[in-house]
Amino acid sequence: MARHRILIVEDSPTMRQLLAFALKRLKDVDIVEAQDGMDGLRKVSSDHFDLALIDINMPVMDGLKLISLIRGEDSLRQMPIIVITTEGAKEDRERAIALGANEYLTKPIQANKVLRIAQSLLKAE
Amino acid sequence: MSENRDGLFARAEEVLSLFRRGAEFTQDLIKENERLRLQIACFEAQNMAASDDVEWEKLRHELVSRIQNLEGEKQDILDRLQQVEGENSHFAERYLEIEEENNNLASLYVASYQLHSTLDLSEVIKIVVEIVINLIGAEVFAIYVLDERTQVLTPVASEGREIADFPPCQMGHGIVGAAVATGETQCGDVAGSEDLARPLVCVPLRVQERPIGAIAIHKLLQQKAGFTPLDHELFTLLGGHAATAVFAARLYSQSERKLNTIQGFIDLLTK
Repeated sequence: MARHRILIVEDSPTMRQLLAFALKRLKDVDIVEAQDGMDGLRKVSSDHFDLALIDINMPVMDGLKLISLIRGEDSLRQMPIIVITTEGAKEDRERAIALGANEYLTKPIQANKVLRIAQSLLKAE
Repeated sequence: MSENRDGLFARAEEVLSLFRRGAEFTQDLIKENERLRLQIACFEAQNMAASDDVEWEKLRHELVSRIQNLEGEKQDILDRLQQVEGENSHFAERYLEIEEENNNLASLYVASYQLHSTLDLSEVIKIVVEIVINLIGAEVFAIYVLDERTQVLTPVASEGREIADFPPCQMGHGIVGAAVATGETQCGDVAGSEDLARPLVCVPLRVQERPIGAIAIHKLLQQKAGFTPLDHELFTLLGGHAATAVFAARLYSQSERKLNTIQGFIDLLTK
């Protein structure tokens, strides 16, 4: 079975470590971390990923800008995206989904929920 | 002449094939007859047994006892199934509990790991801010550090409001001061208050009995309904580990300063 590659784009090292910790429980995954939107863009442009977890509020380039750039690329249009953010307002969720996010999760995260959603998106891919 | 002979052979072949099919059909009929004869003999034997009362009673008794045995076995299996189902549901509950515990431990491990990953005071404060936002889910809060000389708690970092909005407070006074003085987490109004001197919850930061500062949370993120058991674990962890991290970082920066001063003196004397 091929290994899945997951990208975590998050400026907080604490959250990156926590998400990586949770996602490592999935079988056959390689996790790559990016510390802001620009770093994330560089990584998705140069490598293949099966799933991306993206924070909204980040320095240099925010998560929404990154999602719109990813969805503008033909080769990345199908890559599933999970947004993980502190922004819990309905309009924030709707904006992210409209831009092309597949799932929208708010912090503080529940590791089980992240795992379940990541698993289903990787299967559906 | 030759054509007549060929026709004759073909007809002979047809007649032979007809005989062969007839023979096969006869064989089948004999077999079927044999099978039916056996069946009739079997039915006759059963009828004989049924017509004999003693034999019939014996047969009935055997059947009843067999049914009873099967009923007993069925009940045993049903009981065992019920027991296994009960155990299964208990294991499923335990699995969920352990999974939750595992996730909580992962959060605590990550928080603790990050807090002790640096000796830079500003980095430590940044990590405390990250933990309070991302793991606890606070929207408005401040981190206070105690000035041991003046006994005043001064905010050094904040989120959701400007740092200047949070009033410094005297040790032992107000919710923040009382929390640091007593070493006990103080809980304010659950509904939250706009008054930045009255936090929702105030976690004192202490190294053993030595007060270091406090984390005052004023408002939670809108999606967060209240505090969970994990939050209380995190408060305990922050109360000890964040305090140790702040204390160690301050000591380190002081020792760095002293080292630089001594190095300066040595350089001055040796030049």
